Amino acid sequence: MEEEVKNITPDERQEYVINMGPQHPSTHGVLRLVVSLKGEIVKNIEPHIGYIHRGIEKMCESITYPQIIHLTDRMDYLSAHINNEAVCLNVEKALEVDIPDRIKVIRTIMSELTRIQSHQLWWASFGMDLGGLTCFFYGLRDREKILDIFEETCGGRMLVSYNCPGGVMYDIHPNFQKRVKDFIKYFRKILPEYDQLLSGNVIFHERSKGIGKLSLEDAISYGVTGPTGRASGFSCDVRKHEPYSAYDRITFKEILHTEGDTYSRYIARIDEMWESMNIIEQLIDNIPEGPFAVKMKPIIKLPEGEYYQRVETARGELGVYIISDGNKNPYRVKFRSPNFVNLSVFNHIVKGFKIADLVAIGGSLDLVIPDIDR
Amino acid sequence: MLLDIITNNSITAPSEPWWKVVYDFSSLTKWVDTSLHSSMSSFWATITEMLIIGVLILLFYALVGLFLVYAERKVCAFMQNRLGPNRVGPFGIFQTIADLFKLLFKELVPIKNADGFLFNLAPFIVIIASFMAIAAIPFAKGLHAIDLNIGVLYVIAVSAMGVIGVLLAGWSSNNKYSLIGAMRSGAQIVSYELSVGLALITIVIMAGSMQLSVIVEAQRDGWFIFKGHIPAFIAFIVFLISSTAETNRGPFDLAEAESELTAGYHTEYSGIKFAFFFLAEYINMFIVASIAATVFLGGWMPFHVGYWEGFNHIMDFIPPFIWYIGKTFFVIFLMMWFKWTFPRLRIDQLLTLEWKYLLPINLVNVLIMAFIVLMGWHF
Repeated sequence: MEEEVKNITPDERQEYVINMGPQHPSTHGVLRLVVSLKGEIVKNIEPHIGYIHRGIEKMCESITYPQIIHLTDRMDYLSAHINNEAVCLNVEKALEVDIPDRIKVIRTIMSELTRIQSHQLWWASFGMDLGGLTCFFYGLRDREKILDIFEETCGGRMLVSYNCPGGVMYDIHPNFQKRVKDFIKYFRKILPEYDQLLSGNVIFHERSKGIGKLSLEDAISYGVTGPTGRASGFSCDVRKHEPYSAYDRITFKEILHTEGDTYSRYIARIDEMWESMNIIEQLIDNIPEGPFAVKMKPIIKLPEGEYYQRVETARGELGVYIISDGNKNPYRVKFRSPNFVNLSVFNHIVKGFKIADLVAIGGSLDLVIPDIDR
Repeated sequence: MLLDIITNNSITAPSEPWWKVVYDFSSLTKWVDTSLHSSMSSFWATITEMLIIGVLILLFYALVGLFLVYAERKVCAFMQNRLGPNRVGPFGIFQTIADLFKLLFKELVPIKNADGFLFNLAPFIVIIASFMAIAAIPFAKGLHAIDLNIGVLYVIAVSAMGVIGVLLAGWSSNNKYSLIGAMRSGAQIVSYELSVGLALITIVIMAGSMQLSVIVEAQRDGWFIFKGHIPAFIAFIVFLISSTAETNRGPFDLAEAESELTAGYHTEYSGIKFAFFFLAEYINMFIVASIAATVFLGGWMPFHVGYWEGFNHIMDFIPPFIWYIGKTFFVIFLMMWFKWTFPRLRIDQLLTLEWKYLLPINLVNVLIMAFIVLMGWHF
């Protein structure tokens, strides 16, 4: 006991250690942050993860490929559709299946809708983190409209499980195109309201500008991707650099900002919502005719080998790495999840800021905990 | 004399219209006073009057608290595209009463290693501070429990006492979040107390008195916010900002900052003790709104426009109590409005706002106001 006390430096003895989480209003899940404070100033944070670890990667080894879809749904539950797409693309790549255009376009539209609803929820909860409770209800109100579109076509709302190897589960609902167009018309009018409520607010500017700066070098060396990385100027959009599905036939710009602070991470996501709407508008009127799924074998067996596919989820780059030994189950599956990487930079950028900034920075990283733990 | 009921003997002139006589509560209080004195000794009469006032204020306190909680939930629901409480009773008006019963019957969770005495004392200090402040507020002509000649000072002093309860609650809870919340609250209230005081002093200069009834009476020919040119308006804005900060309401709710400190200083409280904190918050809001209404918006004085005799008569016809409640709730609505619109400030920004902006503005404002009054430029 004596020795332990002696080893602590006076600085450390001054530290005021609080546990943020696993149950805390601002950690958006069961993340536990051990925060060392000196007064209000954050000295160090230590993320403790694993509270919602379900062993998804291990479970994948004992189930078939179509079944993996239902587990990837539950990783980053806000990008459920995009996660599924990554697995499907990987399986299709391994089997060298030719995917018709209709499926590609449907998948792209659904992915972009998923991205918008994810950013809407992020905007809602980010506003709440900063104390603007009204944002939460505005964000969820608009997200509901996308979930209704999902419900009509996929049956599910959040965990849609709409993809399957070789295509999608069902054809799109006859109302789909009309409702998506209605939504875009509606949301183009509503999105400036988000700016009025939060982005234009003086208090918000004070709270977010210059807070939690992440330099380009750090973003690259930590491997931070998604809007978080692009806000630091790291051009990392997989949709642009390694186009999959229908992204090669449309024109869109990669949102890049250079400041790397909380505000530019915020603006990057708002801009992404605009850009996603542009993408959907380009595709929604020209969905080609054709089958909604390719006929696959009843039991899918991947040829022996290693396969990797990456996609751009709402939070960054998701990589799916499958090793197959030729059986109906994969030999080993590994997900490179964007949130886990983005969490690793948290401690680096939060030091020296205040508790309130810790919450704001955590919100701007947009962490989804089940994706970290898997 | 302690009680205004005893001292207030302003007799209404017989020439005044009947409604002015009816709306003057001093005749009623005078009647109660004389009938009590005729039936018992003066000592017991005073005691009885104290009891009556105590019970009445307690009742008023509880009703206002319940109503404000309901109003806040409805207002915030309106701003957030929701319906708000709508199940218990028509439009959910009995929801807060149901919540009250829930809080009454809830278990008081004992806290390990908490400082028991201080832990139990804290909610009472908070609620007593707000209870005492309500006594000095003039609700209508002749309707206030105590009319001190330093009414403004008394209200500021007594309402500042609440911070002791908040600090004690944070300290004694044996919870790190609570302690941070309490320290924030301490820094915040001590700072913003200055602005509240200076904003009120601007008006005290105009009225020439600290007695709340005199301040109201001085606004018979025009509310101070209109009479005092721009300085009075600036003082009103500063008062609105700093009193919101003083009552720990959003966007200055750092002491309980839900997303940062879970619930700040009252994290560990449950049941009726939590209800005390909750109620005191709303009553404090009511008190600062009534002070704003009394000092800036003419208290229970009706709204008059220049020489529009007919209009002024109609305005006179509305009872002063309704005027007072209307103005108070207008200010409360303003406070709710910006609570549900703005994000929260950070602690250093909060203190910067006070010490670098509000305080200098206030000091200059007081100076300008003194100059205006000296030159007799106000209306």
